[in-house]
Amino acid sequence: MVAKLKSKQDLEKLKKEIAAKREMEKPLIMACNGTGCHASGCVAVTAAFREEIGKRGLADKVDIKASGCHGFCEQGPVVVIQPGDIFYHQVKADDVPQIVDETVIKGSVIDRLLYVDPATGKKYVHPSEVPFYQRQRRIVFGNNGKISPDNIEDYIALGGYSALAKVLFDKSPQQVIEEIKKSGLRGRGGAGFPAGRKWESCRNAPGEPKYVIANCDEGDPGVYANRSLLEGNPHSVLEGLIICAYAVGSHQGYIYVRNEYPLAVKNAGIAIKQAEQMGLLGRNILGSGFDFKITINRGGGAFVCGESSALMASLEGKVGEPRAKYIHTVEKGLWDKPSNLNNVETLANVPLIINNGADWFRAVGTEGSKGTKIFSLVGKVNNSGLAEVPMGMTLREVIYGIGGGIKNGKKFKGVQTGGPSGGVIPESMLDMPVDFDELTKAGSMMGSGGMIVMDEDTCMVDTARYFLSFLEEESCGKCVPCREGIKRMRQILNDITEGKGEERDIELLERISAVLGDASLCALGMTAANPVLTTLRYFRDEYEAHIREKRCPAGVCKALLQYYIIDEKCVGCRLCEKACPVEAITFKGKKKPVVLDQEKCIKCGICKDVCNLEAVGVKPR
Amino acid sequence: MITIDIDGRELKAKKGQTVLEVARESGIYIPTLCYHESLAPYGACRLCVVEVFHGSRSRLVASCLYPVEEGLKVVTASPRVKDNRRVIMELLLARCSENEVVRKLASEMGVEQPPFKTEYLENEDCILCGLCARACEQIVERSAISLVNRGVKRELATPFREPSAACIGCGSCAYICPTGAIKMEDKDGIRVVYARNWKTEFKLKKCKVCGSYWAPEAQLEYIRKKVNLPQGFFDVCLNCRK
Repeated sequence: MVAKLKSKQDLEKLKKEIAAKREMEKPLIMACNGTGCHASGCVAVTAAFREEIGKRGLADKVDIKASGCHGFCEQGPVVVIQPGDIFYHQVKADDVPQIVDETVIKGSVIDRLLYVDPATGKKYVHPSEVPFYQRQRRIVFGNNGKISPDNIEDYIALGGYSALAKVLFDKSPQQVIEEIKKSGLRGRGGAGFPAGRKWESCRNAPGEPKYVIANCDEGDPGVYANRSLLEGNPHSVLEGLIICAYAVGSHQGYIYVRNEYPLAVKNAGIAIKQAEQMGLLGRNILGSGFDFKITINRGGGAFVCGESSALMASLEGKVGEPRAKYIHTVEKGLWDKPSNLNNVETLANVPLIINNGADWFRAVGTEGSKGTKIFSLVGKVNNSGLAEVPMGMTLREVIYGIGGGIKNGKKFKGVQTGGPSGGVIPESMLDMPVDFDELTKAGSMMGSGGMIVMDEDTCMVDTARYFLSFLEEESCGKCVPCREGIKRMRQILNDITEGKGEERDIELLERISAVLGDASLCALGMTAANPVLTTLRYFRDEYEAHIREKRCPAGVCKALLQYYIIDEKCVGCRLCEKACPVEAITFKGKKKPVVLDQEKCIKCGICKDVCNLEAVGVKPR
Repeated sequence: MITIDIDGRELKAKKGQTVLEVARESGIYIPTLCYHESLAPYGACRLCVVEVFHGSRSRLVASCLYPVEEGLKVVTASPRVKDNRRVIMELLLARCSENEVVRKLASEMGVEQPPFKTEYLENEDCILCGLCARACEQIVERSAISLVNRGVKRELATPFREPSAACIGCGSCAYICPTGAIKMEDKDGIRVVYARNWKTEFKLKKCKVCGSYWAPEAQLEYIRKKVNLPQGFFDVCLNCRK
């Protein structure tokens, strides 16, 4: 057990001791163990490294760390080896003996494991040169790959908890609030409310006790930045939350995290325990006299529980339903006490601002949006992953520069930002700088940083339908516009995609959308129509093609397509006949083309998939 | 006291009051479905939306929840308010297309037919206003029924749709239900409280004097224990006791 740190000096001394201990140039294998790499097999790779190093009796001479998410999830499992800062991608357990032999022991680079930029064919040795990383500004997320999330010393070695020591001993709560206000930090959870102003309102609100809460409910499809941050660098979130508590005047904090993010729950729990043991959390933190406790509260996974009032209801043990916020949660929140809720990424920015100053933070970003933002760059983009970019970077630079452009040489069509309640932004707006205000102007929003890239094969009516069906299920169902309105809009969209759209449908969608935005109880309902409104704004012709011509221009909506046999190519091999689940294909004799019965066909596409001769075609109905 | 302006009338209000309360005190009509003066406001039906002005900017708020503040300017039936209420009524009518109460209310607001295809129309009675569940929780303090599930799957139900063990058969839910979705019938010494997906039956107590069945035994027993009355206290009905 580690001795408790009892002063600022104790923390500085410990940092020096850790540095001294680590001064020897010991080789280090950093294996990404983020959620993305878990999916691609990092557990086996990490175990293989441990086994291989053990087998060779190198356990004392080589360090192996299972680090947090490195962000480049498309290329996982990702491994970085020190010294040399050598970056290997898509590493398999079978590659491990060779890596140990050649790179760890001899220091040489294995060519075949290097990342090749598909655009240029260029190979890269160091992560910093890889185009995916090179254009990023990884001030918040960068440390993820340098530390082991379950090792507090890793965090302290990088200057961790020095911001906490600084505020506890050198700054008054008001000074902390002023610094955060001056930095221009806006909430990374959705609406972008200025964090410093929120803290100040909470501090000034009458009532005790006060609560501070870290929101890690992050439930947008395809978005996993907050989760990866809490998984990969939990101490940065804790430090931010403790500083927030000091500023607000709170002695009890909560981390609200979905139970379906088991790694985040686990790592946050370990981090809390470590911080408590070292005197960085609990009673009399660093001997300053400030007490603060953090409790983890696991959420059941309802999307609406990311909304502050619903989250607080859930924390109280009630059904996670929002309430009207005419009286703000900073005044009456958790158990009707003043409560400050920030999302994980917002809190992780706080220690950086305290350490480097508000001016340093303000130097990055745009007029209204300072600092960086982590985006979950997913969809039809070459380099899927988590990318942290300065606010104001254009969408084009994010999608093409970092994302490496569209998969399989297809054409870009649109990008959905801000999750299911965001909107689709078209190609004509790719040069738009990405920040809170520009995204809102475009009819979308920042949300928690989702960016779902769509190519030419995406149907925009179908996309809107998909997001509404998500929201239809995830609405709490309390207020009429949200529950009944989304349901009707989804039904109308369903009909349009099935060729049953009517001329009046667009107007009807717009009418219900307006009421959702105006009269819904919470932000979920108020923003739910965004996918429809933006696709209507930027891709109206697609709606019209579906409704008037019964045609899906992208060739996605099944009811509007027709499968057919290309007689010249078909040799009657019977593969499709056997595979067809509804016996819609009839064999007419060897070397004769089969016949497809359009009445029976359910458009599952299996015949096209199994055909070796490309003798099955698809065309608009 | 606070002074606010509703529809051009200067009104006095107490701090902590809602816009709806002040409007009702002054006889200003705002339609509601999920509001009841004996229960905490809930803000689910959204029919009570009004437009509030902050300088030149305005927004819609639920008047049942919006607290008064000095100088607040409220318009209860602006074109924007009416448009919203109309669509909300259309949505409710599409859900409860054959419910007489909903049809009548819709008609009063000029909505005869929801603007949707007939195959979308549902034949529900419950509008999920939650009055029954809230009355059961806040007044009766039994929580025998509640709103379960979320989104389109939300419904009012007893736990696991079985006869609720917490129910005392008082019938408050049926009494407060604005659309008749919960019904109550007393027949042959039995009370049945029911909705479409659940049903609970209670034995009624027979008065030792007049012989009439006058209240559910479970309810009388609950009250007797709660206020600590002697056993047999409710053997005689209230009429015969006078």
